[in-house]
Amino acid sequence: MISFVLQRLAGLIVTMFFVSVMVFVIMELPPGDYAERYAFRKLAATGTQVTEADIDTLRVRFGLDEPAPVRYVNWISGIVLRGDFGQSFAFETSVNKLIGDRIWLTLALLFATLFLTYLISIPIGIYAAVRRQSVADYSLTIFSYLGLALPNFLLALVLLYLSVKIFDSSIGGLFSPAYIDAPWCLAKLGDLLQHLFVPAIVLAWSATAFQLQTVRATMLDELNKLSVTAARARGLPEWKLILKYPARLAINPVVSSIGFDGNRVFSELPIVAVVLALPEMGELLLKSFIDLDTNVAGALLLLLTLFIVVMNFVSDILLALLDPRIKLEGG
Amino acid sequence: MSDNTPTERDNKYYTASQWQLIWWRFLRHRPAMTGGIVLLMMAFWGLFADFMTPYSGTNRDRDYVLGPPQIPQFWDHNGFSVRPFLHGVKTERDPETLRKIAVPDPETRRYVEFFVRGESYSFLGLFESDRHLFGVSEGKIHLFGTDDLGRDLYSRTAFATATSMSIGVIGVVLSFVLALIIGGIAGYWGGYIDYGIQRLTEIVRVIPVIPLFMGLTAAFPQNWTNIQVYLAMTLVLGLIGWPTLARRVRSHLLTQRNEDYVLAAELSGASPRRVIGRHLLPSFTSYIIVDLVITFPYVILSETALSFIGLGLRPPSISWGLLLQGAQNVRSIEQAPWMFIPAIFVVIAVLAFTVLGDGLRDAADPYQVSN
Repeated sequence: MISFVLQRLAGLIVTMFFVSVMVFVIMELPPGDYAERYAFRKLAATGTQVTEADIDTLRVRFGLDEPAPVRYVNWISGIVLRGDFGQSFAFETSVNKLIGDRIWLTLALLFATLFLTYLISIPIGIYAAVRRQSVADYSLTIFSYLGLALPNFLLALVLLYLSVKIFDSSIGGLFSPAYIDAPWCLAKLGDLLQHLFVPAIVLAWSATAFQLQTVRATMLDELNKLSVTAARARGLPEWKLILKYPARLAINPVVSSIGFDGNRVFSELPIVAVVLALPEMGELLLKSFIDLDTNVAGALLLLLTLFIVVMNFVSDILLALLDPRIKLEGG
Repeated sequence: MSDNTPTERDNKYYTASQWQLIWWRFLRHRPAMTGGIVLLMMAFWGLFADFMTPYSGTNRDRDYVLGPPQIPQFWDHNGFSVRPFLHGVKTERDPETLRKIAVPDPETRRYVEFFVRGESYSFLGLFESDRHLFGVSEGKIHLFGTDDLGRDLYSRTAFATATSMSIGVIGVVLSFVLALIIGGIAGYWGGYIDYGIQRLTEIVRVIPVIPLFMGLTAAFPQNWTNIQVYLAMTLVLGLIGWPTLARRVRSHLLTQRNEDYVLAAELSGASPRRVIGRHLLPSFTSYIIVDLVITFPYVILSETALSFIGLGLRPPSISWGLLLQGAQNVRSIEQAPWMFIPAIFVVIAVLAFTVLGDGLRDAADPYQVSN
């Protein structure tokens, strides 16, 4: 078991290395470089003429005169050794400061979403498979089609519109106005949990639809297994045997796709965040891409991917614990 | 099939080719047929958008800015008319905000006419025409209402359908080609090459898709023309499907590679390219088609999402995502709920692709019992 964990951990580090190279390449893609954008933003605002020499000075100051591999090493070693993601030129603070609170809000949102997804999809998926071809089963199929067809950001818009029309209150944001700048306390946490609900529903929408289908399909396969028939013949109560044999196995594909669900949530976050005005990482990511604030964008892309890689790691280990059929030799 | 004797039918069934069997099973799949027909209609509507719409996508009606949909009617308080008509429009001031607003004038009628002359357009670059499917005798007709610049939403939705669907098609074709090449190489040679490619696809798969695309599209230079942005978008979206598709191609090739017919082809001196393209790929073309259809919704939704947040296509291009930008916040939806109409098209298109894909998958499954 320990060697299995170590092996996966090594895989995680290798993956993150390649991801960081890719992120760096993406940061280098936009035309012009950081020094130029910085110069035009800072100096143009004060009305001074920007000369090529000014930009060159800035380049030296930021270390941008070095070749790309050296800059990559500087960037990544800053992150790994000192936890320093560099400077944001658009906000004129360090990236760390910018990300600060948002990282926790993003994780809170992610976990709320996943919790909601599994809370709904596992029991209902099991139920639908047991009561096959019932009204519940058919409405579930329709729902899962809609889950794919109605993109989350449109669902968010519809919910916003309805909340304004019916309840005359907006559901956007993550805090009530009174708490936005307040220090952390229990009341603020409660306020956050209330506001998390709607974005979590919106983000869980398509993931739930997808997982419902997975759970239902696995359950249907497992229900026909001989172990179930044998248990039934032994006179085990129906609910007990369903929980004991097929349901236990139906959870495995869900566990193995935790990382995939995380990926889906992060994919939808930036767009949903715009619609629902959520102050988290996706929204900042979008802003930094539009401003070409590459340091911020790179840091966020790296962190979001790191979360997913860690989730994959956790799901691998959970799966190894849950499913005795998995060989621990790795591979 | 004029003769319906059982033996004839049986013979027909047993001698039918693989594709005929798939086609027959598909015809019986009602939801998939419906989905396919809906998509064909949408594609037709988009392809002939110039003719189907009364106005071009940028034509502005200054007398009817942010106006609600006008629905042709057959009767009003002045009586019945065989020819559908609209009420005229007059401008008034909103008593509260004092803004100029367009209100219907129930005393005037504008009759809907068909095959009217209007703005001229060049149809697919082939010939010039100024005929439009419908229009009104005087003034303008806006079936879906107008946006804040007075542009006809019906016309814009038609042009957007053309753009978004074509991006979907090109994006899917690109990811298909990528998947064939990468998956083909990995599956055919196996070993270290396979291992390396597998790791690469895994790494690509962990990066969140939309944030990754945002990074790529944000890098498009501002001075690019719309055509350049369009082509670059299709390239980026082509990246979406390939890891999954490549994986499918690979696993199938790995199982088929050890079959006797492959060995026979190799012994006859066929080159790897010929073995893959001529012998291996046709053995699972049907699966690939299904995978392609299933990839469509993802490509279309990604385009919509990226354009919606302003990191995809740019105006004056017209796509579903760009149209939905007009409905980005509650205030604009409250003011003009009809700006949400393009969303209905997105949902219908994605639903249609999904049921079509499901139906094709069932039809292409050779193990499905069929009578």
